[in-house]
Amino acid sequence: MVSKKIVLHFPNKLVDQPIVYKLVKDYNLKFNILKASITPKEEGLLVLELNGEEKDYKQGVNYLKESGVKVQPLSRDVVRNEAKCTHCGVCVPICPTAALVVDPLTRKVNFYNDKCIACELCIKACPVRAMEVHF
Amino acid sequence: MAKTIKEINEKIKKGKAVVVTAEEIIDIVDKKGLAKAAEEVDVVTTATFGPMCSSGAYINVGHTKPKIKIGGGKATLNDVPVYAGFAAVDIYLGATALPDEDPRNKLYPGDFEYGGGHVIEDLVAGKDVKLVASAYGTDCYPRKKLETWVNIKDLNEAVLFNPRNVYQNYNVAVNLSDRVIYTYMGTLKPHLGNANYCSAGQLSPLLNDPYYKTIGIGTRIFLGGGIGYVAWHGTQHNPTVKRKESGVTQAPAGTLAVIGDLKQMKPEWLRGATFHGYGVTLTVGIGIPIPILNEQICKYTAIKDEDIWTQIIDYSENYPQGKGSSLGEVNYAQLKSGHIKVQDKDVPTGGISSYSKAVEIANTLKTWIKKGDFLLTEPVASLPGEESGYTFKPLKERPLDK
Ligand code: SF4
Ligand code: SF4
Repeated sequence: MVSKKIVLHFPNKLVDQPIVYKLVKDYNLKFNILKASITPKEEGLLVLELNGEEKDYKQGVNYLKESGVKVQPLSRDVVRNEAKCTHCGVCVPICPTAALVVDPLTRKVNFYNDKCIACELCIKACPVRAMEVHF
Repeated sequence: MAKTIKEINEKIKKGKAVVVTAEEIIDIVDKKGLAKAAEEVDVVTTATFGPMCSSGAYINVGHTKPKIKIGGGKATLNDVPVYAGFAAVDIYLGATALPDEDPRNKLYPGDFEYGGGHVIEDLVAGKDVKLVASAYGTDCYPRKKLETWVNIKDLNEAVLFNPRNVYQNYNVAVNLSDRVIYTYMGTLKPHLGNANYCSAGQLSPLLNDPYYKTIGIGTRIFLGGGIGYVAWHGTQHNPTVKRKESGVTQAPAGTLAVIGDLKQMKPEWLRGATFHGYGVTLTVGIGIPIPILNEQICKYTAIKDEDIWTQIIDYSENYPQGKGSSLGEVNYAQLKSGHIKVQDKDVPTGGISSYSKAVEIANTLKTWIKKGDFLLTEPVASLPGEESGYTFKPLKERPLDK
């Protein structure tokens, strides 16, 4: 048995397809939805925890990729370069999971790493490139 | 009891001036009342730290041997084109300039990784910058090509000169369309997905001196971490927009042109910035002291976020087409709460200008004045005010074939 957390990016055209349903039916995988949202570009963003046999998991992920879904492992690889951040707040309404929020007292923008799903939407939204992807 | 700038400067020299920020004055006036506050406080410091596209620096690079006349030729700094329409070795580097090979929005939305704003930041940070110039050659300036590293410390002059900064109030940008749009107000999500604003509100210089009673031409300011001056009113200066009873404008209004020695400035207060799909700009830190000459001036500086109102503008249609009207009015306390109501929808807000950095600047300027390092100046001339009738006009296009 394996249990893995992955981030799925659904392009616009796939948003209304029964893809996750197929994962259950055809590949015998159990899932937990950790996060789901529609991004500014109207793409679907889904963070899943998948449970099942190793073989089924691999085939399931292949099926996702072939259908045009971008699959990424959920690893906490988006970090903030603290020296660069000016605490402007442009990223705050962009972040789909409230990992970037304004502290009402200090007016600084806090980054909650544990809420971040590495969707990377903040990377280009940040004017001073303070949000960095680390591989 | 009225004070003069001269009297305040005497106190500053003796280390006895009472200096507070535009945030702190609010509580002081609340607690002590206006009369007492105006008597006790000598200076209120205001500040802003936001992207300002109409920024740039003029530079004299020094003469080469043999001499070259870059004027009328072409030049780049780190591949970013600079204006070369002056004398032999004077150039002007604009914040929004982009390398010729930058794909811009051909790959929409463009990334705009590096441009004029970043060159200014690199110069100020003391990094070597690549100067490439070509000229047509004359009898007195025979050289035609130049390629060299330059460093700010070796330049004769490097002067930040920004034709428009420090906007008195600014729009709140939203997107009513059904696609994401990329603007100088940040990425705006469709169907009122977010609302972005860009003003330090109660800390912003011209919102604390709404009728330009103390800030004028010649006012000494904190500019990019060094000392600068107000050179003129800024471009698009528009003092005649509607105002609340407090005198505070309800839409973008006054602006300042500012100037100062780039060599004294610090990269943390002059930051190159990129707006995805829009371009490159420069984030500029500015702090302006307001001398508390009388109760009225003190009252202006005690303005609170909840009393500063601005307009919500649709950037998918109204702004680009230059038509339509405001979708409503909000105040900065509402904006800073994180959510506003637009057309009955709850819309999350995002800032473009950093309030926490503005607080840092206001405090730095306060320290400079308290230590006696920074004296106040009398304006040499006033900025055009509401009574001047000065307005910001659109361009009247006239067909060329007539
Ligand atoms: S957009 Fe960038 S600089 Fe601004 S608060 Fe977010 S991470 Fe910091
Ligand atoms: S990558 Fe950025 S926008 Fe995405 S969840 Fe993490 S912090 Fe938020």
